Amino acid sequence: MVENLAGENSTVDAPHAQYKSEVRNLSFYYGAFSALKNVNMMLHEKKVTALIGPSGCGKSTFLRCFNRMHDLYPGNRYVGEIILHPDNINILSRDVDPIEVRMRISMVFQKPNPFPKSIYENVAYGLRVRGVRQRAVLDEKVEEALRGAALWDEAKDRLNQPAYNLSGGQQQRLCIARALATDPEILLFDEPTSALDPIATASIEELITDLKDKVTILIVTHNMQQAARVSDYTAYMYLGEIIEFDVTDTIFIKPKNKQTEDYITGRFG
Amino acid sequence: MRDKNLGEIRAIIARHKLWDLIFMIVGIFALMIAVLTFMALFAHMLIDGLPRLSWDFFTSFPSRRPGSAGILSAWVGTTLVMLVTAAAAVPMGIGAGIYLEEYASKNIITEIIEINVTNLAGVPSIIYGLLALSLFVHQFGFGQSILSAGLALALLILPVVIVATREAIRAIPVVIREGAYALGATKWQTVSDHLLPYSAAGILTGVIIGLARAIGETAPIITIGALTFIAFLPPSPVKAEFPFVSFEWLMAPFTVMPIQMFNWVSRPEEAFQINAAAAGLVLVVMTLAMNAIAIYLRYRMRKNLKW
Amino acid sequence: MTQPKRLGYSYRRHLGERFIEALLFLMAFVSVAITIAIVAMLVKESIVFFEHVSLWEFFTDTEWTPLFDNAHYGILPLISGTVVSSSVALLVAIPLGTITAIYLSEFAPFAVREMAKPFLELLGGVPTVVYGYFALLFVTPLLQKIFPELPGFSLLSAGLVMGIMIIPYVSSMAEDAMRAVPMHLREGSYAMGATRFQTAIRVVMPGAFSGIAAAYILGISRAVGETMVVAIAAGMQPNLTWNPMEPAATITAYIVQVSLGDLPHGSIGYQTIFAAGLTLLLLTLIFNIIGHVLRKRYREVY
Repeated sequence: MVENLAGENSTVDAPHAQYKSEVRNLSFYYGAFSALKNVNMMLHEKKVTALIGPSGCGKSTFLRCFNRMHDLYPGNRYVGEIILHPDNINILSRDVDPIEVRMRISMVFQKPNPFPKSIYENVAYGLRVRGVRQRAVLDEKVEEALRGAALWDEAKDRLNQPAYNLSGGQQQRLCIARALATDPEILLFDEPTSALDPIATASIEELITDLKDKVTILIVTHNMQQAARVSDYTAYMYLGEIIEFDVTDTIFIKPKNKQTEDYITGRFG
Repeated sequence: MRDKNLGEIRAIIARHKLWDLIFMIVGIFALMIAVLTFMALFAHMLIDGLPRLSWDFFTSFPSRRPGSAGILSAWVGTTLVMLVTAAAAVPMGIGAGIYLEEYASKNIITEIIEINVTNLAGVPSIIYGLLALSLFVHQFGFGQSILSAGLALALLILPVVIVATREAIRAIPVVIREGAYALGATKWQTVSDHLLPYSAAGILTGVIIGLARAIGETAPIITIGALTFIAFLPPSPVKAEFPFVSFEWLMAPFTVMPIQMFNWVSRPEEAFQINAAAAGLVLVVMTLAMNAIAIYLRYRMRKNLKW
Repeated sequence: MTQPKRLGYSYRRHLGERFIEALLFLMAFVSVAITIAIVAMLVKESIVFFEHVSLWEFFTDTEWTPLFDNAHYGILPLISGTVVSSSVALLVAIPLGTITAIYLSEFAPFAVREMAKPFLELLGGVPTVVYGYFALLFVTPLLQKIFPELPGFSLLSAGLVMGIMIIPYVSSMAEDAMRAVPMHLREGSYAMGATRFQTAIRVVMPGAFSGIAAAYILGISRAVGETMVVAIAAGMQPNLTWNPMEPAATITAYIVQVSLGDLPHGSIGYQTIFAAGLTLLLLTLIFNIIGHVLRKRYREVY
């Protein structure tokens, strides 16, 4: 794969080498309703980027563009591009298979959604979908992913138990392990801690910080402190637009935009 | 993904997509089998039976000569049996549904009743025929009459009416009940003034589906020993002299549409089988029309749902 | 102006309410009374039957000829007819019903589903005597073109039609179960790069297991209890066979055959149909219990 990375696109990509993905003039429509308006942004490679903003501002809609989840429902329409590096492909293009996109970009949902299967089978699911059948490979990948999601110690003795026996926080870490098992290039988090208690939230946040050595992360959160704690970059969204996008410290300490400042300081509304 | 190159992934996806496509075709095929079978059935009956359908067919009694036989006693019998069935099953089913949904407290008796209703829905219809034979025909002495048949079918469709009532009432939001109670209504006032009228369409749907099923039921009626050759009508329910109504017809022997059809199907002569096709056509159109009305009602209801 | 009524406890209102509640309870209790009556009646008549016929003979004799001079009372021929016709029906209804359910729940475009669902429901409303007519006069002649040795009455023909008749029941219940699987589970699977087919087989079907199992159980108990199709198209002669190409009577067909004659109330022939009915009820009861246990064991909480 390394040869591939350094292949024909290397010269084109050189100026953007630090970007994993670039969003160019992205608009999104639910039928006639325009949920995203001309969004421009980039994801820095192996960094955590947070999306913040009030409910209904389009952050989740934006996130779900990255793995083409909107393709599942009729009447949705994308305009613009999300470029994935190093391949330099527009993942929103009609020629790009959404399934391929989802194999490369994983997602963790708002509510833990383990499948009604065993812990082991949940983590192995993505590999099985890709046609991996050798038990040794599966065992190794499952263990690696569970370790990566800081769940191995708790789960190693009960891999064959139903995933529903786990607590809410453990279920969410299981979903993270499930997403990690396939070595994704980008990991999307859609308010991953909103259904969890504070202790479980802390463990997920710690995990996100650890993960950024391996993978590029985009996280939607309604919790500003969380964005400040885990992210390197932050985008503030309002009514389907990105109002401000910058290094997290800048956004939280010296926002350039008045609206951002109002939201950060709680004077919003 | 770093351990697999993109070409390999694309090959896997292509293979999986092929499966999607194959399944899509298999799925349409499976769906078409049920649909096409019905089409074949309907066409077969139409071709055989349609020429036989005439005014005379509806106004003649069954006969030994296939050419002059008709379904007069059968459709009159079906109508009267359905009257009994509806009169018994509708109030009973609605009452039971209301009790289970609004009154019943969570206790063992309620649970027994609920499990029981579910189980009754799975009891084969012929068993209801045996019950009616033993209980209504012999024990209660109703004989092989319209009353016995109507009650047997009423027991059969009772679970359908109960379930439909419960679902319709359950769909009404709590705020409606609270609104009524807040104005000082008693439980029964809340039920009769609000819950019943608002759920009427849903209950009606269930009643129609239940009756459509009862119309086509053959096995329980055979079991109570209904005669298959009836060349007369039951006594009229309306009389010229006081008290103008009569219930003699309840005790009369009778035949119904599916029995008449079954009788003709089992004759070896082809001419009778043509009669069977014609009777079947009438029966199918009747039940399909009833079911279609129910489905349409439910569709309308979902569309107009206010809450 | 009228004097405002004194607020207080109205015994009349209270009594009226209690009366209505009691009445409604009685109506609800009728269903239990029906069950009790069914069991009591079947057992009562069967006891008389088993005074004449030992249980041993009932379950081991290979002939069922209660109406002959040389009467045999072995239920096995009726059981074999029931098992064979039901098996043929289930071999048709379970795969086709499941595939239809998956297709409608996971694949079909909205418009197709909106059209197909009511249509399938309509099919479920067609009277069984009509399907019997169809099996005897359409399917059997058709099958005879493929298997010229097929007799005019056969378990195969009855079973096939019964199976197609049951498809709508199986598919609609299985589809409801699959649609009840929450969307976020499907999204989880799609987000992993799974296709529709993979999501349907690996996530939706296991998630809907209890409901799908219940749909199968319902299908089985319908097949076992179905009467008119087998009475018309499979013949009514008891015949101990496992070959679907032969004519044979099921438990239900036998009850029909006896009822068509004029057996005196209280005779042994009259009691045989209750013994047969009790067997049938126990068979369907077993399936209901299996279904219940399966559902309990695999019930998933979302």
